Amino acid sequence: MNGADAILRSLEAEGVEVMFGIPGGAIMPTYDAMARGTTVRHVLARHEQGAGHMAQGYARASGKVGVGIGTSGPGATNLVTPIADAWMDSTPLVCITGQVRSTLIGTDAFQECDITGITMPIVKHSWLVQNVKDIPAVIKAAFHVASTGRCGPVLVDVPRDIQEAELDFTYPETVDLPGWRPPRKVHPLQIRDAAERIAKAEKPVLYVGGGTINGDACDELRTLAEVGELPVVTTLMGKGAFPETHPLFFGWPGMHGTKWANIAMNTCDVLVAIGSRFDDPVTGKLTAFAPGATVIHLDIDPAEISKLRDADIPVVGPLKKAVHELAIAVGKHRAAGVPGPSAWVRRIEDLRDEFPLRYGSGGEWLKPQKVVETLQELTAGDDVIVTTGVGQHQMWAMQYILTEKPRNFITSGGLGTMGYGIPAAIGAKAARPEATVVCIDGDGCFQMTAQELTTAVIDDLPIIVVLVNNGYLGMVTQWQDMFFDGRRSHVGLGADVPDYVKLAEAYGGVGMLVESEAELEPALREALSLNRTVVIDCRVDPAEQCFPMIPSGAAAIDMVEYQDPVEATS
Amino acid sequence: MKHTISVLLEDKPGALARIATMFARRGFNIDSLAVGPTERPGVSCITLRVDAEHHSLEQIEKQIHKLVNVLRVTELAPEEAVERELLLLKVGADPERRAELVSTAEAFKGRVVDLGPDTVTFELTGTPEELDAFEELARPYGIKELVRTGRVGIARASARKASRLSAIN
Ligand SMILES: Cc1ncc(C[n+]2csc(CCOP(=O)(O)OP(=O)(O)O)c2C)c(N)n1
Ligand SMILES: [Mg+2]
Repeated sequence: MNGADAILRSLEAEGVEVMFGIPGGAIMPTYDAMARGTTVRHVLARHEQGAGHMAQGYARASGKVGVGIGTSGPGATNLVTPIADAWMDSTPLVCITGQVRSTLIGTDAFQECDITGITMPIVKHSWLVQNVKDIPAVIKAAFHVASTGRCGPVLVDVPRDIQEAELDFTYPETVDLPGWRPPRKVHPLQIRDAAERIAKAEKPVLYVGGGTINGDACDELRTLAEVGELPVVTTLMGKGAFPETHPLFFGWPGMHGTKWANIAMNTCDVLVAIGSRFDDPVTGKLTAFAPGATVIHLDIDPAEISKLRDADIPVVGPLKKAVHELAIAVGKHRAAGVPGPSAWVRRIEDLRDEFPLRYGSGGEWLKPQKVVETLQELTAGDDVIVTTGVGQHQMWAMQYILTEKPRNFITSGGLGTMGYGIPAAIGAKAARPEATVVCIDGDGCFQMTAQELTTAVIDDLPIIVVLVNNGYLGMVTQWQDMFFDGRRSHVGLGADVPDYVKLAEAYGGVGMLVESEAELEPALREALSLNRTVVIDCRVDPAEQCFPMIPSGAAAIDMVEYQDPVEATS
Repeated sequence: MKHTISVLLEDKPGALARIATMFARRGFNIDSLAVGPTERPGVSCITLRVDAEHHSLEQIEKQIHKLVNVLRVTELAPEEAVERELLLLKVGADPERRAELVSTAEAFKGRVVDLGPDTVTFELTGTPEELDAFEELARPYGIKELVRTGRVGIARASARKASRLSAIN
């Protein structure tokens, strides 16, 4: 067989069910091999960025490695944003790109581009395959690196002549990566110290990030919280790691998180970071963050420990194991009579009652929060995956969607990639066809990847797009209003162009227009019943801003609460 | 505070570029970098002199260690390691003043490797500090060109256990 067949046989050996991509010159031998037959489903995206985000959505919804494939040059550069996104959010992703023939590399050949060089700072590792015999071992290694230790993206660049060269195929059973040894054990002394400190804490908080989901440690987390009576906050990436209707769940930290979560984190005596990384939207000014708290940091990546905030007790290792052992150890202290922090839990409950999430009635305008809240009410308890774009609507989705299970809330956290939502939703649908997949999108984000609605329709991966249409790049507008004296600079999108209903229909989907609260619920109900790709254009109050909010530089305690919108100035 | 780190890595395409890119991206400062083969086929050694003023040595080491081609990261603590560097120095020296400079170089165990009508080229091996000292002494004669390899280092036999930074797990 040739190298191209070897790529497919390797993907099959890895158990890959679906890949997302677009063909072109340098990857044509591999597409030709697909035509000869493979068990891997190929979903034809309309833009490689879409393909990459689909692979990410697939990975996040399933827990498996996502696969994106494209040609050299522009195909490869279009994959850069998903690769960077996967890097920031630790999403396991294998990207396979065609490259110009080996003999042409370095000559500025047609569609040549040094994609291993371009992506070097944003991949865990990459390979430029130089010998056809290396293909099976490289693909084996690629999947291994992407999915072990801290998950993330890898790139395999295969010159066209290597795809065409012949080899005897055998798939290796083991990987030969002497330098890749992610931690597999957890240090018992660190668990002992951590458990003692947690059990005796008066005001502990579990600060849970996306690593808990990647590390498949959500059941263990629940046990830890319950045996220890420990309040839990989850970051945007950690949303769903802990059931959001659980009595010990206390919201989301950070800039648009809840006031009670922020106060709890910033006044706690023991902060237990689990697969979270103290990034700036959560901490704000780092030196003022959770002053005085003893920090216990559990992570699979040793480099995250004490990167930004010094850890008093570091626990390095796979989180499933670490959290499991911690739960047992904390449980022993409780069984021995060390009381749980009941008074502290009551205190956070009081804060929650004191500073609830709220929004105005809006008069004739439909409120964006109402859109998300209604969606939540209609889908509570169902198998629903929510994806989002980036902006105000993303924050409202965080606040008003209550995620019960891991892998049901999929968003771009670290890179904040507008346009992530639609393709990620399609990828999630490919991973879990039985689930209802809803993308809560902004009108700005929508047009960055709207072409993928075609893919949803043609490849029968129906998704519902709930478009929170405020006619603005809302999040930027909010910042201009608050921090740039209200000078609105190039943020108006206009409410009438494009006509989203017609656009949805043009893509072969269903378009609906919702202009008032009264129209909202019937439209959502219908969309949820159709099993088709639907875009619901929800015309919401353009003046609505996202609260609560920590103004830049301020402490979390001074979180600004909901304010009724003032009339837009332009 | 400056530190010398010795990194063993697989001799694979791009391995050095990955380290350099990572340093640039994370804003870590490299003072010098020397790379070459080791006793093991397929394994190279990079000796890095890093400035840990703005980032902890621990953080720098952990980030290097995360690179897939990196096999081992070791700090070479000054009292537990031998460090050497090579210097080539072309000085403008008319014949009358040459003797003086040549004897200075000899005091540093240096030697003349090239002679021209009005320049002398010296080769000198020593600790980086010795090379600094010779450089200063040669400066008044007029340095025309100077190249240094950057330091390489190896743990002393007496070092109890070369402080293995990568001992985390
Ligand atoms: C690719 C990309 N470009 C620019 C930005 C900066 N940005 C962040 S939020 C935002 C506005 C998003 O607008 P919209 O999708 O309408 O969401 P809204 O905030 O109005 O809900 C922009 C431009 C970004 N995050 N990503
Ligand atoms: Mg908008």
